[in-house]
Amino acid sequence: MDVIGVALWVMVAGYMGGAGLALMAPSPRAVRVITGIGAVVGSAAGLAAALTVLATHRPFEAVLPNLAATTGGVAIRLDLLGALFLALVAAVSLPAAIYGIAYTAAYDGRRSLRAFGLMFNGFLLGMSLVPSAGNVFTFLLAWELMAVTSYFLVLTENEHSDTREAGLWYAAMTHFGFVLLVPMFLMMAPGADATTFADLRAGAAGLSPAARNGVFLLAVVAFGSKAGLVPLHVWLPRAHPAAPSHVSALMSGAMIKLGIYGLMRVTIDLLGTGPEWWGGVVLVAGSLTALVGVLYALAENDLKRLLAYSSVENIGVIALGIGAGLVLQSYGLHSLALVGFGAALLHSVNHACFKGLLFLATGNVVHRAHTRNMEHMGGLIKGMPQTAAFFLIGSAAAAALPPLNGFASEWMVFQALLSGAQIPRPEIAIGTPLAVGVLALTSGLAAACFVKAFGISFLALPRSDAAARAREVHWSTRAMMAVLALGCVVLGLEAPRALGHMYRIVDSLSPFPGAAPPSPATSGTGVWLLSPNGIARASPLLIACLLTLVVMVVAIAIRARGLAVRPADTWGCGRIRQTPRMEYTSSAFAEPLRRIFSELYRPTEDLSVIVHPESPYFVRSITYTSQVVPWLERALYDPVIRGVRTLATYVRRLQAGSVHLYLLYIAGALAVAFVSAWWAE
Amino acid sequence: MTRYLVLAGQTLVAVALAPALAGFIRWLKARLQGRRGAPPWQPYFDVRKLFGKEAVVSHTASWIFKATPFLVFGTTVVVASLVPVVVAQVSPFVVGDLFAAVYLLLLGTFFLALAGLDTGSPFGGMGASREMTVVALTEPTVALSIVALALNAGSTSFSQIVAHTLTQPSAALGPGHLLAFAALFIVTLAETGRLPVDNPSTHLELTMIHEAMVLEYSGPYLALIEWGAALKLLVFLTLAANLFMPWGIALSLAPMALLIGLVSVIAKLGVLAAAIAVLETRVAKLRLFRVPELLSVSFVLALLAVMSTFLAR
Repeated sequence: MDVIGVALWVMVAGYMGGAGLALMAPSPRAVRVITGIGAVVGSAAGLAAALTVLATHRPFEAVLPNLAATTGGVAIRLDLLGALFLALVAAVSLPAAIYGIAYTAAYDGRRSLRAFGLMFNGFLLGMSLVPSAGNVFTFLLAWELMAVTSYFLVLTENEHSDTREAGLWYAAMTHFGFVLLVPMFLMMAPGADATTFADLRAGAAGLSPAARNGVFLLAVVAFGSKAGLVPLHVWLPRAHPAAPSHVSALMSGAMIKLGIYGLMRVTIDLLGTGPEWWGGVVLVAGSLTALVGVLYALAENDLKRLLAYSSVENIGVIALGIGAGLVLQSYGLHSLALVGFGAALLHSVNHACFKGLLFLATGNVVHRAHTRNMEHMGGLIKGMPQTAAFFLIGSAAAAALPPLNGFASEWMVFQALLSGAQIPRPEIAIGTPLAVGVLALTSGLAAACFVKAFGISFLALPRSDAAARAREVHWSTRAMMAVLALGCVVLGLEAPRALGHMYRIVDSLSPFPGAAPPSPATSGTGVWLLSPNGIARASPLLIACLLTLVVMVVAIAIRARGLAVRPADTWGCGRIRQTPRMEYTSSAFAEPLRRIFSELYRPTEDLSVIVHPESPYFVRSITYTSQVVPWLERALYDPVIRGVRTLATYVRRLQAGSVHLYLLYIAGALAVAFVSAWWAE
Repeated sequence: MTRYLVLAGQTLVAVALAPALAGFIRWLKARLQGRRGAPPWQPYFDVRKLFGKEAVVSHTASWIFKATPFLVFGTTVVVASLVPVVVAQVSPFVVGDLFAAVYLLLLGTFFLALAGLDTGSPFGGMGASREMTVVALTEPTVALSIVALALNAGSTSFSQIVAHTLTQPSAALGPGHLLAFAALFIVTLAETGRLPVDNPSTHLELTMIHEAMVLEYSGPYLALIEWGAALKLLVFLTLAANLFMPWGIALSLAPMALLIGLVSVIAKLGVLAAAIAVLETRVAKLRLFRVPELLSVSFVLALLAVMSTFLAR
């Protein structure tokens, strides 16, 4: 048992201890602290184990054959890919857990914090075990633990009907994914006693092309439903806002990435990639996801829903990187494929960092403004200057602005897509520039979206009393945001080094060992992000230095001349007093884009004007409501929901409530069992 | 060392020339419209005067409002340092490629839009909303124009594209290049707030985009923003000039080559500026909701450019 094994045991013990002791703690305050300590111990140990594996490049393996022996036992295998995602989970859960100690104080005496502590630690345990799993049973067990516990966490504020509905959607979608995972693994497993991932990898080579395609499609749909690929994203904008904010940070930052992990594990590692249409499927899904995600984010007035839709968008960007890699790999362009997969991994890490930060900051905002609706916020930068600064850093990173981390990974995805031009068949190569266009539109719209998110919530005059009175929340919450904000900056400036690690991780996967010759783009790259051919390059660090230098010089020059500033009112065309009602609102900000993309939004508009009885020229009141209709969702899901309802009404006849009927069922079931046993003889 | 100096010198030339370019367009427009117009060097006087004035800042505004002018000017200067203005072969010291330039400009616009919202003025919000709309819709065209160039040159690096066009002059007149040039020209008009997308000399707030967003700025802040806007125009026109017609650009650091490079870039910028001036006297501003049609035309042009590059291979 080496140091990694010890760290993993400490991780499991920390989470389990946090979960168990939280149930027994005497006071709400003690429950919160114990929940937090357990989670902190667990995630710190998980982080240590993952970083050790990443640093030593030596996978860690352990099997507990006696635990659930019929299924092959619990097997842990932490290779580089798994370690990266374990590190990602731990790196988000560490700040989220500490943040949660102060954040959940709002629930003191109002809800069962004990149950919350149990579920929270169970959730973290499940998320940490998914990337560490070494066989099918362990993977599915961890996957289900993660799904069930997060379902209860979503239901924390279950007095709202919205929350209950979100929980239902979430439970349905996540189990839909689970139901597909089981046949996927069954198709891959060569025998009942060979269920470790190594067996599956060895068996995948012998599968027929049809079976491989089937496994791939099941993986895309099953893991896509967890990651939030359109049109399987429907639960995301419902469940993420409903959960407490640090749980949203974990779900958006870490949990949906495990869908990406599963997709990469199965398609790249276990199946060893496939024909070019696999990449095409992922590219199309990624393009659609990125665009639909960002467009719905733009139209959203609920800050947490906006962030959830933005997560959908980022999953699309990650999928574009994976798709580019799969297509390139199918043409034997290994070193180019490496760039696509590496960019996808880097964007996963970056998104975890800035989305975690944004959700934590939003948690503080919601705590003070008592609403998630941006139309009732505004001016928060005055009362909550630090939270505002952290939210701004997160927004700029999410909008892929240099030199923050979102920029580096999107730049790499661009370069990976551009190298699609080297595919020998032009009719396929021409698809990649289209993906470049989609990605560019997405990032432009994301910039607009985050100008809206930050500008409307934090700037100008407060639109409600609560927003005007808002003050900073407990220092520990701000400290945790500072950690994640620092992560955004460091991952941005040091992106070339981080990318080098990602390349090594991808290189360790089964299709790659020795296949990718070292090129300038994939070996150590110093301060430069390099395109695959090594000619085009960009350096976030040098850009930051140059930008700082220019700004400093200009600022000093202007200060030296003397900068006289006179405070005055905002200019207002002669109006007497400026009120918040004059400000541009969140809906108004998005209006031009809502009109341009009205085919997607199909907004309903309802205008009622009440005029004076004497003369129609005097208006008493105007009411205008407009809502975005998620027609795409309705068209896809309404028939399914109707079908389930109809089926349920038929099934209900079986449950007539009569004991005699139930006795008959039992007798019938026994008879069927006997007959089938006899048949099998 | 010389390379650093040349790079810094070329950036300073761009920064110094920018107001003259804006002034030249204004002057030529006035002449074309039968007015006498202010001399081309008028913007220098304007900037100097603004630097000497006090700045009026709204009570409502936060530090974002005060930091934005510096950031906008700074990002534009950094972008100017990436672009081959006079000399193309300084690549070891250029910190980014075309995509980096686009995202740096987006950084400036991001903060400018936030500053527009910061004062709480409805005009600022309107400008910010419209500016972000236009910018978002131009991004795919910019990206596809870059792709069209990069497919020929094999890279998104500025110097590589210039070098490739110089070695293969026939490619510069090929359909891919011409279509991408047309697309990028339309984008230039949209990104730099020219007619028919935005009117730089409007006095009616409701029709403004860029001017509405910066309505609250005054004094040295306004000077930085105006200078930055002029520099952005110069950067875009230099891109159009030197990526598509790089002839004359210096390839070595010899003084004669640098001189020829400087003269040729001024001449090329003069031609493009004259084209903008003529265009601005001939067309009317589009309604805001007709702008997407114009931008989708430019997108289609860029897409055709990419397609023709594939077909030509």
